[in-house]
Amino acid sequence: MAKGIWIIAEQSKSEIRKVSLELLSRARQIADATGEPLVAVIPGYGVADLAGKAAPYGADKVILIDDERLAKYTTGAYTSALGKLIKKEEPRAVLMGNTAVGKDLAPRLAQRLGVGMASDCTGMETDAANFLSFRRPIYGGKAFAEVAAKSVPALATIRPNTFTLAEPDPSRKPEIVKAPADIDAADLRAVVKEVALAVSARPELIEADIIISGGRGMKGPENYKILEECADVIGAAVGASRAAVDAGWIDQKFQVGQTGKTVSPTLYIACGISGAIQHLAGMGSSKVIVAVNKDPEANIFAVADYGIVGDLFEVVPLLTEEFKKLAS
Amino acid sequence: MNIVVTVKQTFDTEAKIVLDGKGNIDGSGVNLVINPYDEFAIEEALKLKEKFGGEITIVSVGGEAATKAIRTALAMGCDKAVRVDDPALADADEWAVAEILGKVVSKLPYDLILSGRIAVDDGSSQVAVRLADALGVPSVSSILKLDIEGTAATVTREIDGGTELIEVKLPALFTAQKGLNEPRLPSMKGIMGAKKKEIAVQSLADAGADPGAVAAKMIVPKLSLPNPRLAGKLIPGEAPDAARELAKLLREEAKVI
Repeated sequence: MAKGIWIIAEQSKSEIRKVSLELLSRARQIADATGEPLVAVIPGYGVADLAGKAAPYGADKVILIDDERLAKYTTGAYTSALGKLIKKEEPRAVLMGNTAVGKDLAPRLAQRLGVGMASDCTGMETDAANFLSFRRPIYGGKAFAEVAAKSVPALATIRPNTFTLAEPDPSRKPEIVKAPADIDAADLRAVVKEVALAVSARPELIEADIIISGGRGMKGPENYKILEECADVIGAAVGASRAAVDAGWIDQKFQVGQTGKTVSPTLYIACGISGAIQHLAGMGSSKVIVAVNKDPEANIFAVADYGIVGDLFEVVPLLTEEFKKLAS
Repeated sequence: MNIVVTVKQTFDTEAKIVLDGKGNIDGSGVNLVINPYDEFAIEEALKLKEKFGGEITIVSVGGEAATKAIRTALAMGCDKAVRVDDPALADADEWAVAEILGKVVSKLPYDLILSGRIAVDDGSSQVAVRLADALGVPSVSSILKLDIEGTAATVTREIDGGTELIEVKLPALFTAQKGLNEPRLPSMKGIMGAKKKEIAVQSLADAGADPGAVAAKMIVPKLSLPNPRLAGKLIPGEAPDAARELAKLLREEAKVI
């Protein structure tokens, strides 16, 4: 009988990524309700120190898969190692963040295990009918689907910022075990030659608590510095609408919307963004939305919790000053 | 170089989503388009064909309506297509579609498979990666650049906060991210020519897939529409006053700053 909820923990800069800790936090509640053990699985190389960082968020057990071939993420090696461990240990559920790694790894793992999968979920519940059921946005958030798997383990990726981080409990002492990485040669056909990370002190767009985005109203690439100055005062990431990306003002990796990133920050500040349906799809799950736009008829005001009808070039710098006062 | 491109017909991203009486998505009156990310995959295939020669085959799982998307791909310059259509596919999930595509593609000659990184309808981002596993070929997701030399590909993949450069042996599957290229529009000549190109329609049996073996692994999803967000407060006053009031509300009322 399959047993346990597994969280595949991701690392970044020698820390466990926030989304993995969010998953542990929510899975702890489900583990308490169902009596299932909660396991954090940490694949990588030189990851022993990370066990202690997962512990305070509720894991009953930590499995380290520490192997040189897992030093850099590749689809094949991670699928091979995790797939074999899952087949052997038979967890009831396997969850990971809907990150660049999760989005790539989970479907490959699902196919290899012959199971279904729920992608990019924004809710997870347990009830009598299904051990886990998931809520996921479809059509870029214009509708929702409630899904559950007939197959075991239940496999899902969860959107960052979906679950609240638990208060860390330093008294938790999980069992820590090592598992060997059993990797087939056939799964080693891709080699990472180089990793280029953008040098930015700002948070990653999909994980940011606050995002300040600029659209067509930004008028040109040089004006994004107004948003960047504000972002740096409040610890925000900078985003953009498709109009600004297509105009060539900002790289497409900053695009929020149905054909860009889907985000759910605590606070989303839309500046000079009209609120096209595709943009609203990408940020509609934000907890609080602020709109600054000259056009009182702009769609964005229909979804904004707070709006200022005004010139962003005037309003945003003033807002930055007000945020500075709050910070001091 | 023989290339397979997977294609899905989706709703136009402008489409407003409504549910019918049975709680299913109501597609009436919705403009259907080729999944926007699939266009990047097609364009990349066409560029490679221009450079290396060979043939591009479109594969798609879908009803008669998918023909429009397939014709668009053929009009852009792809050579032929296979569409799998079967009543047993009504409740197909990502697992099932990947298994079926795997059966179809395994019978085609291919050096490379290209797909969109996500379909803008269900947004699940699963089928292409699953297909690679069904075929036992390596895959790289969300690529921004592709170079091929001999039987090796060098790709730039988008990751959180940056990019990585990956070398992989062909045959392999890649999923296309926005930024890979600028898809061409079909020419008038292409549109005329596409009408004569072959679209082979296969049932599950034709594709060599057993309906029992490709039964869905997920329950049929229950759909709902989001609660409409209500418009909040418009903050009146001159910019300095409005900015001050907004900062105060974000701190004291919304408690998000």
